[in-house]
Amino acid sequence: MSQAEVTTAAAARPAPSPLWALSLFRSEAGTVFRRWRTIALLGVLAAVPVLVGIAVKMETSDGGAAGHGGGGPAFISQVTNNGLFLVFTSLAATLPFFLPMAVGVVAGDSVAGEASSGTLRYLLVAPAGRTRLLLAKFTATFAFCCAATLTVAASALAVGALLFPLGDVTLISGVTVSFGEGLLRALAVAGAVALSLVGIAALGLFVSTLTNSGIAAMATTVGLLITAQIVDQFPQLHAVQPYLFPHYWLSFADLLRAPVYWDQLLDNLGLQALYAAVFGSAAWARFTSKDVTA
Amino acid sequence: MARIEPTHGTDGAADAGEGARRARGRRKAVRYAVPVAVAGVAAASIGIGTALASSGDPDLPKISAQDLIAKMAKSDAQQLSGTVKVTTDLGLPSVPSGLSLGDAPAGGKAGHGSGGKDAGADTSPQAKLTELASGTHTLRVAADGPDKQRLSIVERAAEYSLIRNGDQVWAYDSKSNTVHHSTAPKDVHGGKEAPQELRGASPQELAKKTLAAVDDSTSVTVDGTAKVAGRDAYQLVLKPKAAETTVGAVRIAVDAKNGVPLKFTLSPKGGGKAVVDAAFTKVDFGKPAADTFDFKPPKGAKVTEDKADGKAGKGHEGGPGKDAGAPDLSGMNVLGKSWTSIAELKAPGGVGSGAGAGAKGGKDAGPAGALLDSLGSKVSGSFGSGHVFSTRLVNALVTDDGKVYVGAVTKDALIKAASK
Repeated sequence: MSQAEVTTAAAARPAPSPLWALSLFRSEAGTVFRRWRTIALLGVLAAVPVLVGIAVKMETSDGGAAGHGGGGPAFISQVTNNGLFLVFTSLAATLPFFLPMAVGVVAGDSVAGEASSGTLRYLLVAPAGRTRLLLAKFTATFAFCCAATLTVAASALAVGALLFPLGDVTLISGVTVSFGEGLLRALAVAGAVALSLVGIAALGLFVSTLTNSGIAAMATTVGLLITAQIVDQFPQLHAVQPYLFPHYWLSFADLLRAPVYWDQLLDNLGLQALYAAVFGSAAWARFTSKDVTA
Repeated sequence: MARIEPTHGTDGAADAGEGARRARGRRKAVRYAVPVAVAGVAAASIGIGTALASSGDPDLPKISAQDLIAKMAKSDAQQLSGTVKVTTDLGLPSVPSGLSLGDAPAGGKAGHGSGGKDAGADTSPQAKLTELASGTHTLRVAADGPDKQRLSIVERAAEYSLIRNGDQVWAYDSKSNTVHHSTAPKDVHGGKEAPQELRGASPQELAKKTLAAVDDSTSVTVDGTAKVAGRDAYQLVLKPKAAETTVGAVRIAVDAKNGVPLKFTLSPKGGGKAVVDAAFTKVDFGKPAADTFDFKPPKGAKVTEDKADGKAGKGHEGGPGKDAGAPDLSGMNVLGKSWTSIAELKAPGGVGSGAGAGAKGGKDAGPAGALLDSLGSKVSGSFGSGHVFSTRLVNALVTDDGKVYVGAVTKDALIKAASK
């Protein structure tokens, strides 16, 4: 029989170096980021700010203002005055769908994809334990959340600097701060957006442990995202909306108020932590107790 | 095919008996209990959190209603900053709100809601504040003395700010990146108070307006204590004695220490949810940072200038119901007083004539008449005939000869007023 004797192997192993604990994560991160699919996703995300930037530039080339009367994505009317706002506009434009979809693909694929390609059993042969493997998968997915957000932000900053002037930043409360503080706030916004994606990452990981088909897991995760977004639109369903993971996503804009309005930001972080705890532990319960046949 | 099974505690392949299978099933159940427990703990702590927040009325020494009102009157808290949550539920149908109240065009804007694409096109404070007439809004307020105030309406990824510093009043709408600038009128209110619209929705302003309406026709009592925004407060209850009014009761939570109104609730006589509920969720009586009140128009923002006299016509008497955003109503005539006051005005533009056409046309009423018939109920009296439009608080009577009677009173009282 080829049953892996993980427990005995782990007992026989001498105390591991701290770097060893990271090696599993490194190999998982390598698996995620070396994929063509991941690179293509990041490429699409990087293209969004380019599109938005060029569109705003063309629309305003005759001297008009973008986003007449407040239409369009958030912050778009300020982009022509300050290229830094392209970062916020791009994040606001990609956060409802593009970013979580990319995360859903990566998270949904993380376990089910290995199972469908038949590599999961070999991973389990490694003397690491399933809990640790799952943690490594989740960490790698979160690394992708950060990378995706930073890709959008960095691309937007580059495009914004190329096409529009940079300078002192007027916050949405009407207070003007220096460009340096604006950059800091942009970094904080990117961090808030990345953390906003933790919920769907945990959800995707759980779905991924349920099935052996990577495609099914990705489709389910993205489907859940769309469902949650739709439910979030109906005022009649306001009772459940505070518990939907996308509900507070736009709260990152509260970092651009003066003083910062923390209520919804903290609500968002708490909600994401709750999703991570519930679906992370559900994924753990499923993954550590299921029979892996492929 | 060989299977890779969970290895915890299984002593290899030999132990695949019935007992081991049952033990594995138990372990599985225990594992699945973890996410359920996490969700349960979260749900319980949310429940306990709300229960704790609503209970625990503070123990305060007894105070008479007169003393409490006196305390409010001599309250000298000039500096504060905080967050106010305002919920307004007038029961207005969202589209025809402009019609039914006989409002000027500015009133119609309320119906669009903050999510509307064209909302925010008008940056003037009057137009913006009518948006507060429906739904829940979060406001941030800051004040330092009589001539430095700031009020911001927190919107989704946008903010509307009103900043008054000395005689300069700035309004900035971040959604459309537009600025509205005006000079505060020095003569109105002796130049001491903020323009009416600046703090129109804060609990203080609402309480002040309501107390101005208190006279013999109101019963004033102190009804226990409450905790508002983490501060101990007395609850002042005002109940109109008049039978004609639709106002059930007004509750004002007054800070026990400095007499600042922290919460204002107006409930209709018909029961149900409060019509207006404005409360501090956070309040700090320290001095706000000086740069809070500095404003210079951002580069590239469109700036519109306003003459100071634009605000003079804002109706602000006649009970708290008027806060629902009656804009410029020139030629308004107030009948009665206090709670039962009724505003009498000429219907603007098409409403009156539409009603007339609807009445005269009989069955072949034009679309305007049909619309009126579907929205309001037809009434008649010695004044002729007209339509009554009802909301949860305010009723309006539009007569066929183009007069409008509006008030927080019953339909019968409106008809009586119109018949005089």
